[in-house]
Amino acid sequence: MQLATGAGGPESDVPLVALSGACVHFGAVRALDGVSLTISPGECVGLIGHNGAGKSTAVNVINGGLTPTSGSVQYTLADGTVGTGAAFARACGIRSVFQELSLCPNLTVMENLRVPHRDLTGFGWRKTAAGRISRALDEIFPDHRIEPGMTVGDLTLAERQMVEIAAGFAEGATPARLVILDEPTSSLDAAIARQLLQHVRRFCANGGAVIFISHMLGEVFEVATRIDVMKDGKIIASKPASDFTPQSLINAMGHVAKEKAEAGSAVESGQRIGGEVLRTTEGLTARKGEIVGLAGLAGHGQAEALARFFMSRSGGLRQVKEPEVAFVAGDRGRDGVMPLWSILRNLTLTHLPSLVRHGLVVSAAERKLGADWKERIGIRTDNLENLILSLSGGNQQKVLFARALASTAPIVVMDDPMRGVDVGTKQEAYEMIRWEAGRGRTFLWYSTETDEVCQCDRVFVFRNGRISAELTGSDINEENILAASFEMQGDGA
Amino acid sequence: MASSRLSLLLAILRRPWFWAFAASTIAFFATLTLSEGRGGGELLSAALTFASFSAIVGIGQMFVITLGPGNVDLSIPATMTLAGTLSLKFMDGQTALILPGLGNALAVGIAAGAFNYLLIRLLRIPPIIATLSASFLYQSLAIWWNRGLRIKPPEALADFATGSTGGIPNLTIIGILIAVVSWVLLERSIFGRWVSAFGQNTRAARLSGVPVEAVRAATYISSAVLASLTGYLLASFSGGAALNMGTEYLLISIAVVVIGGSSIAGGNSNVPGIWGGALLMFLVVSMLNSYGFGAGVRLIMTGAIIIAIVAAASGKGRSV
Amino acid sequence: MSSRYRILLPVLSLAVLLAAVFYLQPRAMSYFGLNLLFNLAIPIALATIAQMMVIMVNDIDLSIGTFVSFVACVTATFLNEAPLLGAAILLASILAYAAIGALIHLRQLPAIVVTLGMSFVWGGLAVLLLPSPGGTSPAWIRAVMTVKPPLVPMAVVACLLIAGLTHLLIMRSATGTLLRAVGGNAQAVARSGWSVTGLKAGAYALAGFFGVLSGICLVGLTTSADANIALRYTLLSIAGVILGGGEFTGGRVSPVGAVIGALTLALAGSFLSFMRLSPDWQIGAQGAILILVLAVRLLFSRHGKKWRVANNG
Repeated sequence: MQLATGAGGPESDVPLVALSGACVHFGAVRALDGVSLTISPGECVGLIGHNGAGKSTAVNVINGGLTPTSGSVQYTLADGTVGTGAAFARACGIRSVFQELSLCPNLTVMENLRVPHRDLTGFGWRKTAAGRISRALDEIFPDHRIEPGMTVGDLTLAERQMVEIAAGFAEGATPARLVILDEPTSSLDAAIARQLLQHVRRFCANGGAVIFISHMLGEVFEVATRIDVMKDGKIIASKPASDFTPQSLINAMGHVAKEKAEAGSAVESGQRIGGEVLRTTEGLTARKGEIVGLAGLAGHGQAEALARFFMSRSGGLRQVKEPEVAFVAGDRGRDGVMPLWSILRNLTLTHLPSLVRHGLVVSAAERKLGADWKERIGIRTDNLENLILSLSGGNQQKVLFARALASTAPIVVMDDPMRGVDVGTKQEAYEMIRWEAGRGRTFLWYSTETDEVCQCDRVFVFRNGRISAELTGSDINEENILAASFEMQGDGA
Repeated sequence: MASSRLSLLLAILRRPWFWAFAASTIAFFATLTLSEGRGGGELLSAALTFASFSAIVGIGQMFVITLGPGNVDLSIPATMTLAGTLSLKFMDGQTALILPGLGNALAVGIAAGAFNYLLIRLLRIPPIIATLSASFLYQSLAIWWNRGLRIKPPEALADFATGSTGGIPNLTIIGILIAVVSWVLLERSIFGRWVSAFGQNTRAARLSGVPVEAVRAATYISSAVLASLTGYLLASFSGGAALNMGTEYLLISIAVVVIGGSSIAGGNSNVPGIWGGALLMFLVVSMLNSYGFGAGVRLIMTGAIIIAIVAAASGKGRSV
Repeated sequence: MSSRYRILLPVLSLAVLLAAVFYLQPRAMSYFGLNLLFNLAIPIALATIAQMMVIMVNDIDLSIGTFVSFVACVTATFLNEAPLLGAAILLASILAYAAIGALIHLRQLPAIVVTLGMSFVWGGLAVLLLPSPGGTSPAWIRAVMTVKPPLVPMAVVACLLIAGLTHLLIMRSATGTLLRAVGGNAQAVARSGWSVTGLKAGAYALAGFFGVLSGICLVGLTTSADANIALRYTLLSIAGVILGGGEFTGGRVSPVGAVIGALTLALAGSFLSFMRLSPDWQIGAQGAILILVLAVRLLFSRHGKKWRVANNG
């Protein structure tokens, strides 16, 4: 399934990577169950599937990080040599940009290039590294403000992701021939994501290959020449992108998206919203039962505003038993999950003070709470005593939702909670949020995805750490949000 | 289902304190073979007595270490010394002042713990450095207060500290009581949950409504209180406070925590293991003593055994 | 947060302390005065650099004090009497350090405990070598340590050299960057195909190397050794790294800062004796100075990271 670009000449007929019947087993778990695929120069393969479908494992097999339990992986170098193994993958010019950030925050931008680029040694290596990374950044993100000497820890999340992407495409001893992008736009705002997509198209047109993994189907359609759909460790469909429609793609993934109940929510919202329950210094307000969205370009102060608000209303001993706010983390590893604990303990953490007698946890009450929420929110596990990390990302996220919703807190703060969550889980979460709002809970919801923000009753658009617009009712739409995000960008307000 | 039963079995086998108790038993019998089985009772009694000191400070250290990387209380020896000297000087050998003297020692512990916490909180100093610098202050305070005098403890207190009830040394009873209370606290109480949450992911704990600062304060104070109690008991036991009486307990308190199988990465504590580690530390030294090794060899062997046990226990716990 | 900014406070605290010493004792402001003030700082600075190598890869070395004592004992005995054998022993001890680093990473052991165990081992070996204080410094080391360069005393020259060379090694060279990367994000390093075990062993070997230098210099200054000669270096070196702007995790270290931190600590001792403080309070005052400097450091970095609630350490 190759695309004749003409740019690659004869070599474009030879696949860069060929997997045949690759299986990876972790104990009893078949993370990858007989995957065969080839990627040739000029191709951009969109790899999609639910959380836990095996995408990350497939990527790790392709880049040589994992050796398949059975089956084979073959790389073809630019000079036609064929081989296997991690060293060959590197020599073949295979680069990976991972979903979880893999930069060293203590190093500068150029120093970070030293880790993947083994040829950076000897006198003057810093200069070479600085040149490589700035050229890549300039090419992909023309108006970035990143200096090669900046310490990565001082950059925003979006800037770090930009550096990581640029490092993936940067020139090196072996030029990048296949770049694997795993959720590359998760922290990027729309404008920067667009720059990336354009670069991917340019890169492929010049004979490079890209594997593009994203939950944003629109982006996949925009860049992919071919889409491979994964489910349960297998590739279940592989067709040119033009043969898919968004709906057929979702159907192929095996998840039938529920029809949106837009009309219903609009009617009910009039009745459920009550009096004002919060007002922050930056002008954020919310009323009882209202779903308030925080929008705008990524990294413009939304997360900080939420955090400031949460911190000001929690942490005291008086707020332990009667919490005023509960938090749903989006960055699960950093802000949410307790990795050593069972699902149950993770779920009950916020509500635990109400399950205590004489300072001791009443375990029957705790188990009951866990069982109730497992039912209500549909956590897919046979035993709540299993470790939280045994769940897929989406199910872990459900546990974090349950942790916040199980509490009595009248206000729930959500920091981009749908990051890297599959479509089905998202729909369930939307429904639950609406239901809880109907019972009088207030939601503060920061999201990087516009269609999520559009589900809200009121939206605050952030720009440069301040609120640039407040939208309500039918004013909440993509055009208005984008306008408020970019408005006055030029006239230096 | 079969796999869950298998993993349960594996989990029991992997319990790190298993290794500590097993090694203690070996050391015990190795010592006894030399004396052809004589003196087993005395050895056990001595082991239980001396291990209680290590166990009590070890439990305090464990609370702190459970808070996660970087959390360690280096002021334990100085707090022990300070509490020992202050309370003995206060009691001045009078039986009537035994309980007020205990109160005095515990007050020193609370003050030291609170001071440690405030340094960490207000100055945002890494706990290692905060407790280290604070320990310099406590040490100076103890030197200044003591003026080189050695005051004997009240006789009744000394008798209690060296005596036993029903064949079990009184100190051991205290040590076990403290262990049981700590175990309930860590395993069953909400405080234990919070300490574990703090140790696994402080940020997430804070965002989940855990009162992290209160937890941290309580933890550092309990460590210092247990250290001061040990100082009080040790001074009473050995007939007076000495300025260097706490020195060896710095390394021992950390060693017993880790030998006992608590995770140094935080979030995971293990009370029974503390006693296993404490017994082991004593029995190993007495074994080497009875085999007539010099100080040099004894030190080398102690170090080698610590490393070997940690390598065996932790390696098993993590190589999944 | 940035490295340039990080170095400011250590420099400032050293300057303030130095000014105070000169004010109290103007005679210290001379070639010999400076040499006297900083002489014992050379081994402390080297031990601090050694500690920094380990902290750089997110570990901590509780054995450096006993290790330096052990090296001092070897230097005063074997290196003096049978130089080849002595050198071989020291080389082997560096390899042992590397092996410990590899072991810690391979078995995922807590460094704090393994090095704690190693502190017993080094201490035991030192006691075996020199049960009572004694030994003699090899003449050539004595000669190196007492060299009198023109204008600037040896102690100052040595500290500048140590700071400069380790800065080149750790902050500028490609290998040093890779070692710091291990502290920053070991997973990313491993994913790029590097052997983290090898890198960690390398960092520990460097720690062993600088520990050896520290012990040799110490004997050069004191002319004899004993098994407990450098026990306090463990805590001093940790304090020095932190005073110098280093952090316990994340590979954020500064060699220049570490040397300055060590100098500050060494100077604190002299400062207190100039103050004619009661010996009872000498230790306490050292603690107080440490707290003071860190308090000022907090004021410096206040506005840097306001919303970083949950820094664990």
